[in-house]
Amino acid sequence: MDGILDAIVLMTNFVLIPGLAYGSQLALGALGVTLIFAILRFSNFAHGDMMAFGTMATILFTWWFQSMGINFGILPTALLALPFGIAVSIGFTLLTDRVVYRFYRRQKSAPIVVIMASVGVMFVMNGLVRLIIGPNDQRFDDGARFIIKASEFKDWSGLNEGLALRSTQLLTVVVAIVVVAALFWFLQRTRTGKAMRAYSDNEDLALLSGINPERVVMVAWILAATLATIAGVLYGLDKSFKPFTYFQLLLPIFAAAIVGGFGQPLGAIAGGFIIAFSEVTITYAYKKFIIYLVPESWAPDGLAQLLSTDYKFAISFVILVVVLLIRPTGIFKGKVA
Amino acid sequence: MRNLGLFALMGAALCAVGVFSSWSESLQILNLCLISAIMALGVNMQWGYAGLFNVGIMGFAALGGVAAVLVAMPPVAETWAVGSKGIGLTLVALAITIAVTLFVRAKLQGRARKWATAACIIVGYFAIREIFDPAVDAIEAVDAARTGYLGGLGLPIMLSWIVGGAFAAGAAWVVGKIALGLRADYLAIATLGIAEIIVALLKNEDWLSRGVKNVTGLPRPVPYEADLQAAPWFNDLALRLGGDVISLSSIFVKLCYAVLFTIVLMIVLWFAERALKSPWGRMMRAIRDNRDAAAAMGKNVTRRHLQVFVLGSAVVGLAGAMMTTLDGQFTPGTYQPLRFTFLIWVMVIVGGSGNNWGSILGGFLIWFLWIEAEPVGRWLTETLGAWLPADSPIKDQLADSAAYLRPLVMGTILLLVLRFSPRGLIPERH
Repeated sequence: MDGILDAIVLMTNFVLIPGLAYGSQLALGALGVTLIFAILRFSNFAHGDMMAFGTMATILFTWWFQSMGINFGILPTALLALPFGIAVSIGFTLLTDRVVYRFYRRQKSAPIVVIMASVGVMFVMNGLVRLIIGPNDQRFDDGARFIIKASEFKDWSGLNEGLALRSTQLLTVVVAIVVVAALFWFLQRTRTGKAMRAYSDNEDLALLSGINPERVVMVAWILAATLATIAGVLYGLDKSFKPFTYFQLLLPIFAAAIVGGFGQPLGAIAGGFIIAFSEVTITYAYKKFIIYLVPESWAPDGLAQLLSTDYKFAISFVILVVVLLIRPTGIFKGKVA
Repeated sequence: MRNLGLFALMGAALCAVGVFSSWSESLQILNLCLISAIMALGVNMQWGYAGLFNVGIMGFAALGGVAAVLVAMPPVAETWAVGSKGIGLTLVALAITIAVTLFVRAKLQGRARKWATAACIIVGYFAIREIFDPAVDAIEAVDAARTGYLGGLGLPIMLSWIVGGAFAAGAAWVVGKIALGLRADYLAIATLGIAEIIVALLKNEDWLSRGVKNVTGLPRPVPYEADLQAAPWFNDLALRLGGDVISLSSIFVKLCYAVLFTIVLMIVLWFAERALKSPWGRMMRAIRDNRDAAAAMGKNVTRRHLQVFVLGSAVVGLAGAMMTTLDGQFTPGTYQPLRFTFLIWVMVIVGGSGNNWGSILGGFLIWFLWIEAEPVGRWLTETLGAWLPADSPIKDQLADSAAYLRPLVMGTILLLVLRFSPRGLIPERH
């Protein structure tokens, strides 16, 4: 009996909780990509570096606050700095729209040209982030580390396995729920949100009914920058901040957006969790889990790991490929043509 | 006329490096210029002819690089003894899995087909792992510090240029088959993914090419400096030219490479120009400019896209193998998107997309700037740093940051050219 309970705790500890946190981070990232796609109709390759840029701004504010002795009690100081980081990120994103993307929008350029421009923006941001904060790992979490400590859980339950819940993991999920709720309220209930959905469904019809396209585009960028910064800061708090990792996040984020259906906010969330849980379950080494469940003589020799963590990006890619082959529109019918 | 002038200027710049710095350095830059030009030609086929956006150039170049190892390195007898059977069986198991899966898919219909496919793949995966893992452990255990991999076939390294092209073409066929015919974005995303995966594979599969432990000492297609210095005819030559033997031998080797690379560049360029001017080339441009109209004329757009995507990637793979040959070593850790994907894009766009001569000029010019940007950047940061007090933290930051100016500058160049001169230095002729 204890074996089964131990196995459940082990799974919760190493698969369920990390998967939920990572899924929330990917969902927020994919929401940003999908929103830009729905309104501006191109895949924004600069999104990963937008996340890095916003996170960098937040980290700089966090350090400034910490140096002044301001903190947020048991919560990380980064949460206080987040609004400032978002503001900087929005400012920069609107600047790139004004300087780069607006021209192609007016020209009605082919999406592929805009994508290429976004790759250009990606490298400019990439260089800026490394110039300002450097290419190395930065940790910026403070406040309480754990909500449940593994040792305390062991004492309380008497099991072999401890359950640990880091505060950043809970924070990630809570913030993600709040942000997603606010976003859907905005899209469903407010005038601007309705205008955005109308613009996304049928651009010409929306223009005829007097919707200001520049305003819709501006709001889309503001939302994307906000979501990117929040996703980036949560990822950085949960793991650590390294510019190159954020560039690599681009693939799982795109995969999440496409799996869910490009341009569909609900799909982006579903896609984020699908990708996250696939990654975590496939790269987890099940040896200990199996030992708890089966008689000793059946225990596996190896790690019982399906795929090494070095290949976690291959998982997003394979899921992406399967979706493209079987159902190119994604789970929630997205835009294909 | 103007184009000739541009190329003459480029040649003059390379000569200037030769005169003011050293001819060895100038030839080194020239060799990489030639390889860059071939890579840019490949990308130009995809983007310039057909409007396909390949964000995974790095991956195809890396496949070319690994081909150089697999073809040219001598086989390692000890690892072959312990591991060749396991790896061979793995390949057989892989072939069986694929064959059974295809057979099942051909025979079944509907829901049963999906489940059966999934079952075949899962069973096949575990069967392969069961054979593959012990073989890998055995291979990697053999003298890990020196070998620990299977080695290659010990064939002439120039053969690997063709094999590298074939590897890249194979990967491109698979990616294109999946992602072409859907939204244009999907090809970009799929190539981004495949490039990351290829490089991850090459970094981690030690049994294949030693992973991040690198393979050094690849055989050369040209003579070694030490042999030249010992050869009497070369000493005679040096005496007649009046230079010292050591620096002359280094120049001679680089000159040999330059001749080889120029021949390859000429062949690729000849084919590319012929293709562009043929009815096939006009059809490709027609598809690029108006896909629907071309489709209405009965052209199979997706097939033609697949064709040109495979061809272009093969050229990139060829150039990747040539680059590894020139380096004399295979180092998976050096494959970075900025250097291998993005830089090539800047070459094509700056040179003039759709024009092969433009791509060559772009390849030369951007590589030259990329190399020369470093001393200029260092000089700039040092000059700026000289104004600051010696212990200023900003000075250290400035000195460290010179390397990160590159993505910034390259990104800015791309954005500026894309906006203000989208036709590039040598525009496409109509």
